[in-house]
Amino acid sequence: MSATPVLALRGVSKRFGAVQALTDVTLEIRAGEVVALVGDNGAGKSTLVKTISGVHPVDDGVIEWEGAPVRITKPHDAQELGVATVYQDLALCDNLDVVANLYLGNELSTAGVLDEIAMEKRAKELLDTLSIRIPSVRIPVAALSGGQRQVVAIARALIGDPKIVILDEPTAALGVEQTAQVLDLVERLRERDLGVILISHNMADVLAVADRVAVLRLGRNNGVFDVADTSHEEIIAAITGADDNAVTRRKARTDQLKKEAGA
Amino acid sequence: MNEQQTAEATPETPQPAAVDPRLLVRQRGFAGYFGEFVRRIRGGELGSLPVVVGLVIIAVVFQLKNSSFLSAGSLANIGVYTSGLGIMAVGIVFVLLLGEIDLSVGSVAGVGAAVWAVLSVTHGVNDWLAVLIAIAAGAVIGVLHGFFFAKIGVPAFVVTLAGFLGWSGLQIWMMGKEGSINTPSGSLVENLTGYYFADKAAAYGLALIAVLAYAGSLLLDSRRRRAATLPSRPLSEILLRTGVVAVIAFAVAYVLNEPSGARGLPLALVLFLGVLVVADFVVRRTGYGRQIFAVGGNAEAARRAGINVNRVRITVFAISGMLAAFGGLFIASLSGGATKNLGSGNTLMNVIAAAVIGGTSLFGGRGKIWSALLGMLVIQSIQQGLNLLGMASEIQYMITGAVLLAAVVIDSVSRRTQKTAGRT
Repeated sequence: MSATPVLALRGVSKRFGAVQALTDVTLEIRAGEVVALVGDNGAGKSTLVKTISGVHPVDDGVIEWEGAPVRITKPHDAQELGVATVYQDLALCDNLDVVANLYLGNELSTAGVLDEIAMEKRAKELLDTLSIRIPSVRIPVAALSGGQRQVVAIARALIGDPKIVILDEPTAALGVEQTAQVLDLVERLRERDLGVILISHNMADVLAVADRVAVLRLGRNNGVFDVADTSHEEIIAAITGADDNAVTRRKARTDQLKKEAGA
Repeated sequence: MNEQQTAEATPETPQPAAVDPRLLVRQRGFAGYFGEFVRRIRGGELGSLPVVVGLVIIAVVFQLKNSSFLSAGSLANIGVYTSGLGIMAVGIVFVLLLGEIDLSVGSVAGVGAAVWAVLSVTHGVNDWLAVLIAIAAGAVIGVLHGFFFAKIGVPAFVVTLAGFLGWSGLQIWMMGKEGSINTPSGSLVENLTGYYFADKAAAYGLALIAVLAYAGSLLLDSRRRRAATLPSRPLSEILLRTGVVAVIAFAVAYVLNEPSGARGLPLALVLFLGVLVVADFVVRRTGYGRQIFAVGGNAEAARRAGINVNRVRITVFAISGMLAAFGGLFIASLSGGATKNLGSGNTLMNVIAAAVIGGTSLFGGRGKIWSALLGMLVIQSIQQGLNLLGMASEIQYMITGAVLLAAVVIDSVSRRTQKTAGRT
């Protein structure tokens, strides 16, 4: 694992009117690493992702790209840097076919004329290298199943050769087999040395593919765990805030007192 | 799609809501075409079928009632009268592809004609310059509509309804007290619909060029796809398509040239076809056209893909305004001058009806530029036929209204069928 993270957020805050959505959040993603971002509903996961992808610019804090501070104020900035986002609601155009969707916003063209043949050829190659199987690259996306649409959406994120891929709830609303396909795809992204931010509610999915788990609670960091040496329960506790109750506070206080006494 | 001969293997795993397996493989030869055709109809992809069937019924009914319906003069009339409104309908197709509506095209056509007439006739501005300024005025009006719709967020329906009233007021004000300015003879605008290429070579030549260009583009595309080892159209399909286009093109050229009373190829038709070809190319072959479809299909997805949605919306309304003003010049040419009520009445309804009847969806993201031509042919044939039968205009209104309703019903029902068949 390289020392400098590809993307680092330091002390990021974001406010919507009266709601403080993010407070002083820190996150680091390195190449070839899957970081799961988990938290309860309203914990700020989606907002955090939107600040990275340029949908909502941050109010406060620093975003660093390969060590250098950058400003991300619109989606285009993020794309330029190499951040690709796959949204929860897919954001595919149902009326366009798979090739058109893969290249949407990045069309290959010569002198303003679309190069459909090059796009179709490369789309097929990309889908093949990711072992994605869909019936035809020339059918409208509306004709695909939920899992197929999700893998197309993820494949689309790879068209611009990004370094960071953000997956917002990629397995929500998918069946067992389709979820497995998507998780396989996440591992293939890691093999390609991409940094992956995976947002999920499903702890089994997270533990299956993630290297590290960053927990958000009420818009603040609530711990970063290495999946290898963390139990399911510890993460759940961090998400729900079960680690923050009268018992743990008393324990922390007594530990503190003991330490002071020992010192 | 239909050009797929064989396709990749389907996943072996059971897929809930899997794709219709008939999509994937098509048999070779004509049995394959027929199977594909039946599948598309069942799936609700009617395409141009209702229009073509409608046109045939119209032709047969009117021909039985009045044998001069299919005469050269009558058909040439349909061709000329189709052009102005058809060009406006092309603009409407752009707007419909966005999933929006432009209710102002009639008034904008009137303003376009008025701008040209006032500049050219009253102020003696150069004819070409006056025409260009009139078209540019339409584009500026469209940009204004687009600005209020895209940047301010006013629904397009309301913006263009306001435009419908406002611009028609401007038109009446510009036309002044007399309320009409006649087209000077020999002027550019008179020639728009008055000029015919009397030389028979013109119509046949254009038909030949069209057929060769069509076949050439199909062959080139097929060869490039084969070179890239992608599925390509078989030669039989290319021949079939070229044959159909050739029959239509030469039949039209024959009717324009040969029968007694034929005046040759009308300039109006050439200009309309030119607008159609350019617009079709822009919509299907350029990145900008792809952006229009994307915004019409899912504006949020388009925005997230980095498409400047506002720019697409504003330019589409500009195109609609520009083509409306251009069409207005054709109407002025046909009616002998600009008047203060040019473009009012049922112009707007006919133009929108043409786009929808031709098969462009009101729901956005689905449609073809050529639907402007097909729909306009339907409407104009009905009017021409009813005129020949001496039917009063109130009956024409009712029949055109019924045809529009039928077209929208077909659009809605086919959309629903497509949903159940898992298509957009």
